[in-house]
Amino acid sequence: MSENLETVVKTVCEGTGNDKNRMMDIVRELQEILGGVSDDAMDLIATQVGTHRVEVESVVSFYAFLSKNQKGKTVIRLCDDIIDRMFGFERIKQTFCDALGIELGETTPDNLITLETTPCIGMCDQAPAIMVNDEIFTELSRDGAVEIVEQLRAGLAPERLRRRLGDGNNSSPLVSAGVSNNLRKRGEVIFAPLECGRALKKAIAMSPNEVIRDVKTARLRGRGGAGFPTGMKWDFTRSANGERKYVVCNADEGEPGTFKDRVVLTERPELLIEGMAIAGYAIGAQEGLIYLRAEYAYLRPFLEDTLQKARNMNMLGVDVLGKPGFNFDIRIQMGAGAYVCGEETALISSCEGLRGDPKNRPPFPAQKGYLGYPTSVNNVETFCCVARILDQGAGWFSQIGSKGSTGTKLLSISGDIRRPGVYEVPFGISMKEVLELAGGEGAAAVQVGGPSGQLIGPDMFDRIICYDDLATGGALMVFGPHRDLLKVVEYFMDFFIEESCGYCTPCRVGNVLLKNRLDEILHGKGEPLDLTYLEELGNSVKATSRCGLGQTSPNPILSSLKNFPGLYHALVKANQPFQPTFDIQKALGEAKEIAGRPSMHFAE
Amino acid sequence: MTKEQNRIMAKPKVATTSLAGCFGCHMSILDIDERILQLIELIEFDKSPINDIKEFTGECLVGIVEGGCANEENVRVLQDFRKHCKILISLGDCAINGGLPAMRNTIPLKECLDEAYLNGPSVYNPSGQIPNDPEIPLLLDKVYPCHEVVKMDYHLPGCPPSADTIWQTLVALLTDAPLELPYELIKYD
Repeated sequence: MSENLETVVKTVCEGTGNDKNRMMDIVRELQEILGGVSDDAMDLIATQVGTHRVEVESVVSFYAFLSKNQKGKTVIRLCDDIIDRMFGFERIKQTFCDALGIELGETTPDNLITLETTPCIGMCDQAPAIMVNDEIFTELSRDGAVEIVEQLRAGLAPERLRRRLGDGNNSSPLVSAGVSNNLRKRGEVIFAPLECGRALKKAIAMSPNEVIRDVKTARLRGRGGAGFPTGMKWDFTRSANGERKYVVCNADEGEPGTFKDRVVLTERPELLIEGMAIAGYAIGAQEGLIYLRAEYAYLRPFLEDTLQKARNMNMLGVDVLGKPGFNFDIRIQMGAGAYVCGEETALISSCEGLRGDPKNRPPFPAQKGYLGYPTSVNNVETFCCVARILDQGAGWFSQIGSKGSTGTKLLSISGDIRRPGVYEVPFGISMKEVLELAGGEGAAAVQVGGPSGQLIGPDMFDRIICYDDLATGGALMVFGPHRDLLKVVEYFMDFFIEESCGYCTPCRVGNVLLKNRLDEILHGKGEPLDLTYLEELGNSVKATSRCGLGQTSPNPILSSLKNFPGLYHALVKANQPFQPTFDIQKALGEAKEIAGRPSMHFAE
Repeated sequence: MTKEQNRIMAKPKVATTSLAGCFGCHMSILDIDERILQLIELIEFDKSPINDIKEFTGECLVGIVEGGCANEENVRVLQDFRKHCKILISLGDCAINGGLPAMRNTIPLKECLDEAYLNGPSVYNPSGQIPNDPEIPLLLDKVYPCHEVVKMDYHLPGCPPSADTIWQTLVALLTDAPLELPYELIKYD
């Protein structure tokens, strides 16, 4: 064990105050410095922060962006989601493989570059996209890919690579990303002009209970997808017993096809911070966490700067905006590439420095959340709505949208449309209107709410986007008539198999069984009863899984079975002499060879 | 034909077979004891080791299959059952999972034969031949549970399923009543 390693680990651990709850920060930083967290490093970390070695390893082995084996100096991650596959993933992959002379998952012999894939990095509106360490490159061409390799080989650091800077804050020095906002429609809530601090000032002039009452009057519901009433969640958190309370912002938008929070974080971080401070005031918390997905690490310096500016304006810190006794500050907690961490209890596990395993409920986070203290976890967009409600009034907010679903919704629209991007629309808009806005009139199907949502066809385009009809976290993936929808379903199932945390059997095993049967059907080895099997097994997985991942993972199959039954019926064959998966000649092959004679019963 | 004869003729038929099984499940069928007299009132046995009828005489309502498929003859018989029986039941763990015979599934077929006929510690085989008469059915590459070969309608687990379980199932099927299996009948430890 080199002394150097010891020093590095010691320094990094001490940077967090040897706090094992900050394990994510420790291993992330070491991964960055060392290119991997080796066995020796894990031993040293465990000793340094006073925990068991297995606790460290369980974290390192869980997250996609961490590894025990040393990776190259630069890691190129190709975004492999269904939209990228539709828009040239294969082409880009081949270009990189050829240019680097390695396959996916390998590192160049000089240890310079590792090539990997990763699920949706939140750039579906500008596919194909890749990450080069923390830097993002979008709408990548083959030439662009070759150029990146050449520059890296010439010794350029990823942040120095040539890129065309995006619009808005994407081109500010702290972001300087080749990412476009593609903000196609600004609504009156999130993307309306902003005067910093006004909402917070109004909030602290009221009592915390009055703030919660306003949020309730506005009938605000969570924007992440589940739609839980925000005011009620805050009420529970406020009234729960606990010497400390926490506000956590879920900025881990990992649902493939979702990228709205990316644009909010780029263009309206002040609104988010204000919303979180208001939440802190309302529930009685002094600390807030923004759980930022690893794919958005490129936004971190900018967000840290925005937080610092907020501190300078006394919107964060001690006696916020002159309110005696109201202290509130925010820390950014980076994720490390795990879809399941978008689930709030898994997110809390991750913040605590653990594997991203979901926790049992009850107790709900509002009673026992981060480090066991009452915690309110809300979506980025929800916090932004709160700030507007406090600024403009609950009455103003509840007039927007429909009765059961007030306000606006950010939609991330991608796929076969002319204008992919983020749209802020009032709730109550029909799918047809949305498709007209985005230039997707000829759509054959729309995946609403990402893989965990549902696949709908043109006969359902009259349905309404709201909590009571087409409830969604905002991801709409549009597929034209030339797309093979069952390929889409197949991809989504692969995604869930990969992202299942493995804790509970229905999700860990059930999704694999579903996918296996789907594969058989897709390969012409299906019979009609297989469809019943898929439906029954899918419903079992939904009913018995431990968290939201498994409770929604069969949806791609179930909703396509329901809304596109013809696709399946065209593939299955009834009344076959054998089960379609049974091949008698193959089963007899070995014996025929050993015995040196043909079958008595089954001629070839 | 008398009325009585008519009733007998109209009795539904049941066929049974043991594929790669140990006949334990069939012993369990016989364990319904004197209820077999009641059963005979309800049904008529077609192809079955119980009456030694070798080939199907007609269409059957129920086919009961013990054991999985280890060789080509098992497959042919099972296919025959599927063709002739409206309802097929996998009876017992070998039919459902492959059971004990499936322990060879992790070992290549050639190795199995060599161990059984040439290399096994108790083998005496001076000719060094592995039996290969044309009458001997070829073995499959592994032992398959029945439902992987043809469609099976019901699975009745147990090693063997108890006589009461078999009885309850048959009575329910034949009288078109819902099947009620109390906990004791489906508890295996």
